[in-house]
Amino acid sequence: MNEMTPMKQDRKQTFTGHQALILEEKLIFEIGSADKSGVDLEPVPAVNTRLGDCMAPSKPNLPGLSEPEALRHFVRLSQKNHSIDAGLYPLGSCTMKHNPRLNEKMARLPGFSDIHPLQPVSTVQGALELMDELAHWLKTLTNMPAVALSPKAGAHGELCGMMAIRAAIEARGELETRRRVLVPESAHGTNPATAALLGFKVDEIPANADGRVDLAAFKDKLGDDVAAIMLTNPNTCGLFERDIIEIADALHEAGGYFYCDGANFNAIVGRVRPGDLGIDAMHINLHKTFSTPHGGGGPGSGPTVLSDRLEAFAPLPYVVAGENGFDLIELEAQSANQPFGRMVAFHGQMGMFVRALSYMKSHGSDGLRQVAEDAVLNANYVLASLQDVMTAPFAGPCMHEALFDDGFLKGTGIDTLDFAKAMIDEGYHPMTMYFPLVVHGAMLIEPTETESRDTLDLFIATLRDLVRSANAGETERFTNAPELAPRRRLDETRAARQPILRWQAAEETAQAAE
Amino acid sequence: MSKKFTKDHEWISLEGDLARIGITDYAQEQLGDVVFVELPEAGRQVEQGNDAAVVESVKAASEVYAPVSGEIVEPNVKLEDEPALVNQDPAEGGWFFTMKVSNPDELNDLMDEAAYADYVKELG
Repeated sequence: MNEMTPMKQDRKQTFTGHQALILEEKLIFEIGSADKSGVDLEPVPAVNTRLGDCMAPSKPNLPGLSEPEALRHFVRLSQKNHSIDAGLYPLGSCTMKHNPRLNEKMARLPGFSDIHPLQPVSTVQGALELMDELAHWLKTLTNMPAVALSPKAGAHGELCGMMAIRAAIEARGELETRRRVLVPESAHGTNPATAALLGFKVDEIPANADGRVDLAAFKDKLGDDVAAIMLTNPNTCGLFERDIIEIADALHEAGGYFYCDGANFNAIVGRVRPGDLGIDAMHINLHKTFSTPHGGGGPGSGPTVLSDRLEAFAPLPYVVAGENGFDLIELEAQSANQPFGRMVAFHGQMGMFVRALSYMKSHGSDGLRQVAEDAVLNANYVLASLQDVMTAPFAGPCMHEALFDDGFLKGTGIDTLDFAKAMIDEGYHPMTMYFPLVVHGAMLIEPTETESRDTLDLFIATLRDLVRSANAGETERFTNAPELAPRRRLDETRAARQPILRWQAAEETAQAAE
Repeated sequence: MSKKFTKDHEWISLEGDLARIGITDYAQEQLGDVVFVELPEAGRQVEQGNDAAVVESVKAASEVYAPVSGEIVEPNVKLEDEPALVNQDPAEGGWFFTMKVSNPDELNDLMDEAAYADYVKELG
């Protein structure tokens, strides 16, 4: 038995290690072997190799399995994965959206799935038209004149937007002097990381008592050395930044650019157009707002919209409509603008473009507006149903996610982590914990808009029961949790202090322990 | 001399013009198990309030700010292999670095032990 993952001793032990039909599954290296193969191959004839010293000193020891063994291995692993298809996934700040099956059907059309990025453009006109139409929807929903489709995820989109801002500052001849990027302390960690990666100095703006940017502190920090602000709206506390237009105006007056982290666009799509707020660049996570798969089911996709102040610096490539159909501008020489370069080798995540446009067209503009409204309604339903027993650090209403702190657990001997682990025993993936950092013991709950009232009621009743239990001194329900999961509480400290990053054969592990 | 404290929960103790810096017991308790510490190199100039080190726990990564301006003299390299020292002995063996203080007057802005205790009490 693995020391890192102790099994509860009073649970009934079985001969196989399986628990009824919840099957234990070993690593593929442990069940396969190099002398087994799923297919009958002719023996390899002796060859005179010219590899010399480059030849590997030993055989690679690849695990051989028959086809049904390999299939079972991966099916069993997939059954251990919690997903939105299996249950409520209230992970705040992540927007675990339902992925409509229609998206999948469209993405599998051979005209989209069986094409290659190096095909002549005359043979991929449909795909280019789809990219052009997606760009049109994104620009219309945000009221922005340009979009770079190619960034491959949210943080990559941030990088794209900030590179456009850097290019604009450079074109003004101010790159030497505009060195500071203002970032609120509740920001996603990727914001300061992006600014730092581009060589800017990160300057933190404090939050005020109601969880939003402290406007006075922000204005104090403005100056002719400020390149940009990176602000998330709605912010990571699930609150709309009410002063956003005043922030944009003051920033523009000081000569800076406004980057908006669009991770939470799903809360305002169809209701607010970022272009109307004075935003210069914003990425849009297609996997959040427009329902493309997320996490392990990815890949992500982070198109970035740009204002007229940044449009000229948009990266290559982009689609243009001409007399003979659609064309791709791939080279700086073909462009009438001053593109800052390119983000990726080809054109972005085509499969995600298809899914996102399917979602947009199947919902229509009124449907997208309702998506945002329902997301906000669901979150407020959770907030209103729990705030008499849990503690909310900021007064509601909230936007698309409900934020609680650990105030209600004070004196119980239970912390946020324990509370989250107890949710696992009740069949729920925990909410986001300890983020945003501005709130003590944060619990950030984002119930996606597709969850029914029945689903939310059961979730709320479960959390209320856990709170009752905590207040009644039933500490073991929390500190021992999870008791029913295939693995008990993991030793996160040891995993971080003594990480084993690569599978090692039993004898290697024994050696490492010595 | 006795220790001084910052609002960001660093302690500093001055011996001549050499200061030793660490984080407080309250800070380590809030962080939980520390799993990684990134230390500044000797010779680096830091200004009061600037990032000087990073401390990472199972919950969060946080900056350790320089309580005063000066030059880093010695990072506590023991923490690289034994980050748990920050939890076990934050006030002594779990120190982060020493530095040569360029402006000792900056220490006047900081809290003494009693003021810091009151400050922590207010935080609840």
